[in-house]
Amino acid sequence: MSESETDAEEGAARRREPGYGTYFKVWAALACLTALTVTSASLNLGKIAILVVLAIAGTKAVLVLLYFMHLRYERRLLVKLLVPIVVATLAIFIGLTYTDILYR
Amino acid sequence: MSERESAYDPDRGRIGMWLFICTEILIFGGLFLLYSVYRYKHSADFHAAALNLSRLDGTLNTMVLITSSLTAALGVHELRSGRPGRSRLYIACTLLLACVFLVVKAFEWGAKFEHGLYPGASHLLSLPPGQILYFGLYFTMTGLHAIHVIVGMGVFGFCLRSISKGSTSASRPVLIENATLFWHLVDIIWIFLFPLFYLIS
Repeated sequence: MSESETDAEEGAARRREPGYGTYFKVWAALACLTALTVTSASLNLGKIAILVVLAIAGTKAVLVLLYFMHLRYERRLLVKLLVPIVVATLAIFIGLTYTDILYR
Repeated sequence: MSERESAYDPDRGRIGMWLFICTEILIFGGLFLLYSVYRYKHSADFHAAALNLSRLDGTLNTMVLITSSLTAALGVHELRSGRPGRSRLYIACTLLLACVFLVVKAFEWGAKFEHGLYPGASHLLSLPPGQILYFGLYFTMTGLHAIHVIVGMGVFGFCLRSISKGSTSASRPVLIENATLFWHLVDIIWIFLFPLFYLIS
């Protein structure tokens, strides 16, 4: 019984700390997404261009948040909730502003 | 246990840093809100003004910051694994990349100034209002971001000293962890600044 306890602890400890492999893979993903967003700018996407750009930037930000900033390995719920709450606040700011300016 | 050791709470330090990061997101969020409204109202002018920016410089700076985030994260990893020497090396790399970022930015701004594109310039004021707004936002947001880069560099410099003194180590990594959290935030802000100013198609 004590062996499975320490195994669970070790598993939790590993989950708490990403290694070189993870960091480099995230860097590679960020580099690819950067290339993607630059090439998408030279395509003529018209109205959805801004959505594509924001989606790619959002994905990059999420990768940095989860892996570089360790949110994926975070134990405290409070910390994991902070960024989504702030992002929701910003979405409300910007969204409600648009309900105003769209109709002026 | 000494009083200092019993007062050490790594969670508390990290939660405090995250709260600060949230306030920073709101600061830049407000500026992004401004940007979004003015871009909506002057989309043609924004497109025309963005042609003045060098996509190459922007992309280069994006990769520089992303790589600096990687080296910073590895710096934390090495310190927590009990290798302060390697950790300081990675932090030094981060500082070097940050310098590269600032140098590129300085060249970019210099080029703008030469073309009469700075707040208050007569050439800038002769442009359509949307373009004036674009450059106002450009200098404000990239300038505020550059200030954050400089502050981040200062914190890392302090970190280097702290590691060599042994005050920051595998058992007390809070300083370097918080410094890199701040640095990743700087990276994230640029991740959004880059496409919104440089890649308006």
